[in-house]
Amino acid sequence: MSPALPILLALGLGLAAWLFARARALTFRANSTSKRHSALPSHFGWYAALWVAVPMALFLLAWGPISSQLVMADVLDSPAAQDLPAFGQQRMAILAEARNLASNPGGPNFYDEARTLAQVYAESSQFYTFIGVGIALLIAGASAVYVYLRLKPDLAARNHVERMVMGVLLAFSLVAILTTLGIFATLVFETWRFFGMVSPLDFLFGVQWNPDPMSATEHIDASRYGAVPLFWGTLFIGAIIAMIVAIPVGMMSAIYLTQYANPRFRAWAKPALEVLAGVPTVVYGYFAALTIGPAIRNVALMLGVSNPSSESALSAGLVMGVMIIPFVSSMADDSIAAVPSAMRDGSLAMGATKNETIRRVLVPAALPGIVAGVMLAISRAIGETMIVVMAASTAANLSANPLEAMTTVTVQIVALLTGEGSFDHPTTLAAFALGFVLFLVTLALNFIALRVVKRFREAYE
Amino acid sequence: MVMTEYPEAPKVRGAMPSIDAERAEHGPAKMTARDVSVYYGEKQAIDSVSIDVFSEYVTAFIGPSGCGKSTFLRSLNRMNDTIAAARVTGEIALDGEDIYASGMDVVQLRARVGMVFQKPNPFPKSIYENIAYGPRIHGLADSKADLDVIVEKSLQRAGLWNEVKDRLADTGTALSGGQQQRLCIARAIAVEPEVILMDEPCSALDPIATAKIEELIDDLRGNYAIVIVTHSMQQAARVSQRTAFFHLGHLVEYGLTSDVFTNPAEERTKDYITGRYG
Ligand SMILES: Nc1ncnc2c1ncn2[C@@H]1O[C@H](COP(=O)(O)OP(=O)(O)OP(=O)(O)O)[C@@H](O)[C@H]1O
Ligand SMILES: [Mg+2]
Repeated sequence: MSPALPILLALGLGLAAWLFARARALTFRANSTSKRHSALPSHFGWYAALWVAVPMALFLLAWGPISSQLVMADVLDSPAAQDLPAFGQQRMAILAEARNLASNPGGPNFYDEARTLAQVYAESSQFYTFIGVGIALLIAGASAVYVYLRLKPDLAARNHVERMVMGVLLAFSLVAILTTLGIFATLVFETWRFFGMVSPLDFLFGVQWNPDPMSATEHIDASRYGAVPLFWGTLFIGAIIAMIVAIPVGMMSAIYLTQYANPRFRAWAKPALEVLAGVPTVVYGYFAALTIGPAIRNVALMLGVSNPSSESALSAGLVMGVMIIPFVSSMADDSIAAVPSAMRDGSLAMGATKNETIRRVLVPAALPGIVAGVMLAISRAIGETMIVVMAASTAANLSANPLEAMTTVTVQIVALLTGEGSFDHPTTLAAFALGFVLFLVTLALNFIALRVVKRFREAYE
Repeated sequence: MVMTEYPEAPKVRGAMPSIDAERAEHGPAKMTARDVSVYYGEKQAIDSVSIDVFSEYVTAFIGPSGCGKSTFLRSLNRMNDTIAAARVTGEIALDGEDIYASGMDVVQLRARVGMVFQKPNPFPKSIYENIAYGPRIHGLADSKADLDVIVEKSLQRAGLWNEVKDRLADTGTALSGGQQQRLCIARAIAVEPEVILMDEPCSALDPIATAKIEELIDDLRGNYAIVIVTHSMQQAARVSQRTAFFHLGHLVEYGLTSDVFTNPAEERTKDYITGRYG
């Protein structure tokens, strides 16, 4: 069944119901003597349209997957399917091909069986589409009758529409929530599988990261899946080097912009700073890889460091820090601006200078908000992928030397998923485990940061 | 510039003789304002006000809302500088020294002319740190022990010591409104000011807390020149020795509180005090 069908059906019948109910409402109006009506004609229209279209559309949405199961059962029951190989790739390939041929008879054809199966497939799916549309029309008809019976001049259509709209909105927000839950469930499930092969202890506390996609699944060397170097690389690049750049620059620019800059300068400097957040991370990535990395290497060479890497943690961290500046500065800006001016006046009236007031009153008072901003920035930085994929290396090093090549969790996820391991090999599953850890850490950071910000707001209300 | 003479007496009728008598007995005024006008952009909020404020007295500024009491008060410690649009003309002197002169150190001025705001505004720091703030930035204490003494003395003078001596490390914002306001007064007197400006210090407080603050103001009177803005006639009558009545940016009448309240020279003052408008 093509996905356009339910949409067209719902729209068409809905429109018809809308027009009809509106026309009815207009005749009610024409016949009524009172000037006050329970609802506008268009409310009647929407009431009818939603009643007719929504239940039917819901049914058709559900019918899609149900009918494809039924079709598959039919196909497998057909005599032509009895000679199919019982399991494996080939069986799947033949069935897939049959499905393609059914909707596109001129398509590629490698298996003879597929041709005959396609016939069954096409017939059966036509049959079930037919049934589906039939039931849908019945449902629409039933709703139409129901609506028709209720279309009276005193129907509170406006309130009904209000409630139905709320239901529709709820349904859409559930889509977002369910998607998140689904992603989370996948992560948990795959991580669980990974931990069936490599113990969580080895993974979380091992210090050697060297997964081998070619090893047999039965002989996993768990000691090669120690993720500590990745966690360290991520922290070192995203939470240490990047923050050494972003915190002072972001804080000082926020202080300058809120406390010293004249309004005209602020009016263009603040958006300009925020543009940094809008630069695509790929651009930062090649800036880091092609400009900063080699530059750092040259400086290191000049300083007599032997054989420095051009894919240093430093270059990725510095560029990431620049990317993060607007996060820190805009949170610091907001928090400082949120400190009541009574604090500032109180301090100035004590004879404190502007600078003393900022350092001793405004910044400490704004500190919770600033800290929250930094935490959000860190969670952004450690989840950042593009810059590190381009500028950091894939070598897992456990080192405190910023000139050394290091790798991060996100880089390894990309490497593992685009690598040679098959989908049930621990090298691939490790990507999910890494993603899961990353997810938990950023979730925790965001959660704490939001709590802190909320407390901070309450403190001044 | 040093003003030993008073080139122009305040443009105030009525109660002037008694003021002059006070001055003869009391010596020169602590702060003098001559022809002071304050503008917010184009708008004039204060129109040539001249007034003398004396030490050891509480001076009350009264007048209907929006007449410029706060504006004038803020010009006495140059807090108007923090408002970009505000502009002050005329002459205001502290001990004869023009506070708007170019060489004036605003930081020092504000240490000498302290201020207490309408809404208590303790810093979100501990009680101790709130008091220690001023002495620290002005370097008034040489050691931790010195600072402890200043903190204790200030809290005692503000009548707060017994209530908070066991919880100096608690945050100042956790105190009750009245306690917070006394904390702010303690904070102001910790830097040994000569003048204390209070802008409706009791307007956010209940009658009991208000009574405590009024008592405190009375106790403090001997050591400072205190200026208090208030909307309460009773409060002005209770705590002040001088009263200045402002109306539409003008100083209408200024004199001994007893004179202003019992025998106002101006019809407008009388109407305001008796509650006929305001
Ligand atoms: N920051 C400002 N910018 C512009 N105009 C101001 C500002 N502050 C006060 N004004 C104006 O100056 C005039 C005097 O205000 P001010 O606050 O001094 O009155 P007030 O006598 O203290 O009143 P209240 O008794 O209500 O506190 C008012 O008209 C007010 O609108
Ligand atoms: Mg005021």
